[in-house]
Amino acid sequence: MTTLAKKVQEVFDEPACGKNQGKSEKERKKGCTKQLTPGAAAGGCAFDGAKIALQPITDVAHLVHGPIACEGNSWDNRGAKSSGSRLYRTGFTTDVNELDVVYGGEKRLYKSIREVIEKYDPPAVFVYQTCVTALIGDDVEAVCKAAGAKFGKPVIPINAPGFVGNKNLGNKLAGEALLDYVIGTLEPEYTTPYDINIIGEYNLSGELWQVKPLFDKLGIRILSCISGDAKYQEVAWSHRARATMMVCSKAMINITRKLEERYGIPYFEGSFYGISDMSESLRQTSKLLVQRGAPAELLERTEALIKEEEAKAWQQLEPYKARLAGKKVLLITGGVKSWSVVSALQEVGMEIVGTSVKKSTVEDKERIKELMGQDAHMLDDMTPREMYKMLKEARAEIMLSGGRSQFVALKAKMPWLDINQERHHAYAGYDGMVALVREIDRALYNPIWEQVRKPAPWET
Amino acid sequence: MANVVTSKKACTVNPLKMSQPIGAVLAFLGLDQCMPALHGSQGCTAFGLVLFVRHFRENIPLQTTAMNEATTILGGMDNIEQAILNIWNRAKPRIICIASTGLTETKGDDVDGYIKLIRQKHPELADLAIVYVSTPDYKDAFQDGWSRAVTQLVQELVEPGSVIPRQVNVLAGSHLTPGDIEEVRDTVEAFGLDPIILPDLSGSLDGHIPEEFMPTTMGGTTLADIRRMGASQFTIAIGEHMRPAAQALEDKADVMFKVLDRITGLEASDRFIALLAELSGNPVPNKYRRQRGQLMDAMLDGHFFFGGKKIAIGAEPDLLWSIGNLLAEMGCEIGVAVTTTHSPLLEKMPAAEVLIGDLEDMEQRARGCDLLITHSHGRQMAERLEIPFLRMGLPLFDRLGAGHRLSVGYRGTRDLIFEIGNLFMANAHEASPATWMPPQQECHDCAPATTH
Ligand code: SF4
Repeated sequence: MTTLAKKVQEVFDEPACGKNQGKSEKERKKGCTKQLTPGAAAGGCAFDGAKIALQPITDVAHLVHGPIACEGNSWDNRGAKSSGSRLYRTGFTTDVNELDVVYGGEKRLYKSIREVIEKYDPPAVFVYQTCVTALIGDDVEAVCKAAGAKFGKPVIPINAPGFVGNKNLGNKLAGEALLDYVIGTLEPEYTTPYDINIIGEYNLSGELWQVKPLFDKLGIRILSCISGDAKYQEVAWSHRARATMMVCSKAMINITRKLEERYGIPYFEGSFYGISDMSESLRQTSKLLVQRGAPAELLERTEALIKEEEAKAWQQLEPYKARLAGKKVLLITGGVKSWSVVSALQEVGMEIVGTSVKKSTVEDKERIKELMGQDAHMLDDMTPREMYKMLKEARAEIMLSGGRSQFVALKAKMPWLDINQERHHAYAGYDGMVALVREIDRALYNPIWEQVRKPAPWET
Repeated sequence: MANVVTSKKACTVNPLKMSQPIGAVLAFLGLDQCMPALHGSQGCTAFGLVLFVRHFRENIPLQTTAMNEATTILGGMDNIEQAILNIWNRAKPRIICIASTGLTETKGDDVDGYIKLIRQKHPELADLAIVYVSTPDYKDAFQDGWSRAVTQLVQELVEPGSVIPRQVNVLAGSHLTPGDIEEVRDTVEAFGLDPIILPDLSGSLDGHIPEEFMPTTMGGTTLADIRRMGASQFTIAIGEHMRPAAQALEDKADVMFKVLDRITGLEASDRFIALLAELSGNPVPNKYRRQRGQLMDAMLDGHFFFGGKKIAIGAEPDLLWSIGNLLAEMGCEIGVAVTTTHSPLLEKMPAAEVLIGDLEDMEQRARGCDLLITHSHGRQMAERLEIPFLRMGLPLFDRLGAGHRLSVGYRGTRDLIFEIGNLFMANAHEASPATWMPPQQECHDCAPATTH
């Protein structure tokens, strides 16, 4: 078995994954990536997933080894924000040509790494493998090793070519690369009993900065975030944190679990979306830190902060409650974030008339059931045509989804709000919840709806 | 006359280029009730889809044969068969267009052979048109993919026929927006001619709101129209990269053609209008005589701001040619010209050098220029260089109305001159006492000590 095949197998075997616990060994080996249906498939590849997970590391040069398709069609299109280096937004690719495909692309890759280091001098280079270069047998690991030794810099292979699976698998393979090559290779200048990791938060639209002040107020230090607004060195010393918060369901569960296994760092799974979820995340963080030796007074301070912040948020939400109560929402997300958004919307009295659970785990589905009651409308695989109908007939009054499906709502002349990667607003924490509700209100009550729904005067 | 050079770097930094397969896909999106698909892994389709969604802000029908490692090695026959059947059953398109990717080309799938077998196996698909084009990612660029796709459509679908008077074909290049194509149609029709435009993005991606949900493209060139193109009186190809398709049409159905290298600029628009007058035998409508006057007036009013300005352009060959020539005709100097792929136009560019390269190359050369022109990915460069930036080409993901930008014909040229002239005006440097100070003296006061 190739090293990549072994890695994929290992990732599928993830013991901390709730779905896996219910499976036989044989089922587990088959993995959790459903076979895609040709002609009826959607979603990004493993390379895409790996890039999503790692590109937010801001000072690293992210070099894509492959033909122009993989990087040329997609670079600088993700919303992760940086407080420092902009290097992560530079598109590097070997752009292999026909000759490379015939004779192998390793030489070009090696030269590319040299050029990148000479011109941009990053603390590390991440090299992403893609389909064509994997198929012709370019050994990215060996090239990275040789280049790393020659240039005296970490050159990290990210072996997640698109054709091994979907984005989720790519997230996990990216995590494996960090575990194999990065985490534990540097030491922080100093540590404190209040050091935490946040894993699976990408700082989209600056959401990390929306919650960081809350941790700051408690004196909790985010030692490393993987990977939102991260510097390479911060990821490299994440093994020195006292506790880990894992965000966004299972995307990077392997890192989280192995940090516990190897370095004894306990973790919990939380979300920054919604008031109660945010509070719960602060509470859990403090609890774990106190268990690991932080002074117990942290718990009281945490409760005091929660009380204050919740009161402030509710006060800000108050005017919206009457306007939004009973509004029917169709929530189409990748699934992983469904339950946290569901609870957030219910907090202001909105009614969720349907939510997609296509990519949700069994646990996620349970949480949704808990929140929405037994007759939760979980839609396993709703076609765009059905969504369109639902909106057109006003059985749903607003759709929240990712950018690709926006036109289903807009062409039905119904409001839509972007809640995925490319969104322009930050919705995390207490402020974020208020922002989300404000945006929903703006979308629902915009005066255009009345105008565009009216037929032209000569048509009546 | 320009010296055409290719960047010697091993590593492309900040790509200007996009891949062939999605160029082919965009051409296919200009067909009515079509479902394009990429023969490759799911990611290629997802990236293409997101790219077009962000550019056009429209729904983009696009599928994948969902190849994985194992199916790639075994060959993609099953995946293509399933993809065709699934698309047929779920979306009921009139035509399915498949473009290959780097992955399946590396393996060397014989897709034409597969399609023949699939046709034999599934007689129920008799009414469905299926077109396949080979577009490996590791060769050429976006506009080549577009060009190959259109040529393939012509070769497979056009039927020879006896001439239908007044019917003319327009083969539209990838540098034309839906707004440009609408302008072309209006102009051709104003001469009493009946145009068939291939591909017709103005029918599918112009932002109309249909009454029903459609899983396929909505609007664009119909299959029947493509077939009838063999009975046209003449073919007008817009853009040099449409020449192969025009030639294929002539070879197949004896329709004579003329390639208009561009239709932006006064003389270029004149050639277009004169050709229509000749083909139709009709006088030039008053509307265009008036617009021609307006364009001349725009040139007169605007040339003060254009003369001597140095421009850096990064664009695919045909867009580079259109815009670069217009600016040269307005008195600008094309200081930097970067492009994506070969074209016979490059060496004729009014610039000292044309570089096949990336946006890093452009950025290194653009210091001191007065204006940057490229697609939205130029935004980081513009910020760093602090040079005014006009977004043109594809993708334009950080501006509204990408599909409706107009830069062809008298009217389009007029408005483009205004837009660029306004950028120059807005960024003109106000005079200050320091403006005419000898540089030496200034240096003594302000330069850091290290220089002495
Ligand atoms: S599927 Fe493969 S070739 Fe396509 S974008 Fe992903 S890694 Fe690149």
